[in-house]
Amino acid sequence: MTVDVNPSAIRKAYAAQVTRRYGMIAIVAVFLALSFFLDIATGPGHYPLSTVFDVFLDPMSHGVRLKVIVWDYRLPVAVTAVLVGALLAVAGAQMQTILNNPLAEPFTLGVSAAASFGASLAIVLGFSVIPAVGPFLVTTNAFVFALMTCGFILFATRLKGVGSETMILFGIAIFFTFSALLALMQYLASEDQIARIVFWMMGSLSRASWEKIALGALLLGLAIPFSLLRTWPMTALRMGEATAESMGVDVGRLRVEMLVCISLLAATAVSFVGTVGFVGLVGPHIARLLVGEDQRYFVPLSALVGALVLSLTSLISKSITPGIIYPIGIITSLIGVPVFISIILSTRREKLS
Amino acid sequence: MTLSIEGVRAGYGNVQVLHNINIQNIRGGAFVGLIGPNAAGKSTLFKTLAGLLKPTSGMILIGDDDVTHLTRRDRSRRVAYMPQAFGCNALLTVFESVLLALKQTTGWRVKSDNLDRVSDTLSALGLSHLAGRGIADLSGGQAQMVAVAQTIVRTPEVILLDEPTSALDLHHQLSIMTSIRTEMGRFKPVVMAALHDLNLAAKFCDRLVLLREGKILADGLPEDILALPDIGETYRVQTDLERTQRGALYVDARLPA
Repeated sequence: MTVDVNPSAIRKAYAAQVTRRYGMIAIVAVFLALSFFLDIATGPGHYPLSTVFDVFLDPMSHGVRLKVIVWDYRLPVAVTAVLVGALLAVAGAQMQTILNNPLAEPFTLGVSAAASFGASLAIVLGFSVIPAVGPFLVTTNAFVFALMTCGFILFATRLKGVGSETMILFGIAIFFTFSALLALMQYLASEDQIARIVFWMMGSLSRASWEKIALGALLLGLAIPFSLLRTWPMTALRMGEATAESMGVDVGRLRVEMLVCISLLAATAVSFVGTVGFVGLVGPHIARLLVGEDQRYFVPLSALVGALVLSLTSLISKSITPGIIYPIGIITSLIGVPVFISIILSTRREKLS
Repeated sequence: MTLSIEGVRAGYGNVQVLHNINIQNIRGGAFVGLIGPNAAGKSTLFKTLAGLLKPTSGMILIGDDDVTHLTRRDRSRRVAYMPQAFGCNALLTVFESVLLALKQTTGWRVKSDNLDRVSDTLSALGLSHLAGRGIADLSGGQAQMVAVAQTIVRTPEVILLDEPTSALDLHHQLSIMTSIRTEMGRFKPVVMAALHDLNLAAKFCDRLVLLREGKILADGLPEDILALPDIGETYRVQTDLERTQRGALYVDARLPA
């Protein structure tokens, strides 16, 4: 029969588990820091990490040229990679929880496709959803369309009889609709415009700017406390909708609140860098394997893993062929997918400890 | 503390399921068995008591307070409800899943006292050896025990269990019911359980309520209720109530000839 363990032993085991979880978070944070500085060090001119670190702490320590390279060229790109990776992964993690579907992320729900269409409208027709945005035309259009798509998903969840499986079907429908509209725009576009659309869709960190970074950081800074405040209801939701409701969680309201938060994150991330699939899927997935789904650890670790993945992507995109920066959208999928599959196959369930 | 249900009517949309339900003066520490065939309204009654469904009329009194107007969160502090069992694929341990049930009503920060309560509940229900196991890896019976632990850990005034023994073998049926009774001795909640096994109901309950088509047909001591001809009629079987040599009640049921 049951071997009974005394209560203090159970508590100790739990305390050890919590320590391991913080350990995981710390390890990923260290890797992220490493990847971040390597990303800055890598480029047409390669500098030792120590030099990069010096310039990072004291901009003028190695002269004006290095200050410009590090602070004006590479740092915005490196920070954007970290920030967008975190935004996409947090958005993916929350979508997966509220829709109870491990496939949910901005890409699979059609948010990226909508943003691409918005961008193509700006590129081909010069049409702006919000007038007089000047140089931010493409970004603004992408943002507005991404946000509209999230709004539609939000609206759809309020419809009667729409479960989480139906939501994914909605996402696929949105994806195909915008893909078709995008194809139409490409059909109408000139060669030069097609090139711009394709480049936008492939995803690039080179559109980084400190203004965008500030906005993204602000949103992430608001989103993480916002979701941590809802950490217990969100964890309860993982037990299933009926169980969460039986515990006093207002599931309908929680979904709406979280979707509003996620919409802003996803729309911002996608409009900054274009289509980057997969980070929103892989970040939460790896985090889940490492710390389980207690949202107190899961959400912050998803952010860190997403940031690490995109930071590594940025590093790889510069390292394959010297002098050429490959689009990150291509890298995340081509290199990320085999890595991801091998992680899934090698760990699976029993990893929860 | 007593629980009284007075004139409760409830349903879904235009379909009324519960018709004027009255169950008076269930004292704390009493184990009430809710019996009746499928679709009698047992789950609907539980949802109404738990605050997931608003009654169209009537009162639900815990002590002197009518709880029908409490917010869902406030209600869940006083009433814990275990819905019928279903699987779940979350990557959470048994300990975490019981902790999260407690944390729905006890503030954001995990305090030392919270962890004590979780580990005490797990060992009281004989689940301590499973504390670190993933809930997705549990057997049906173990998952059911964890679901019961999720209600007990909150030490509410009222515990509602929808078919707590449905997934269990005989040994686990008896052990879950015995554990519930033992735990009830500690903080004296009202426990209402929807049960399909009349013999199990007879063995563990202090009071039985017979529900059929959203109405209460009978309410009283197990030996009185199970002897009623209504029982056979409600379940569309023929029944005789007997006493075994050990003195236990035994419902002998068979299909009508």
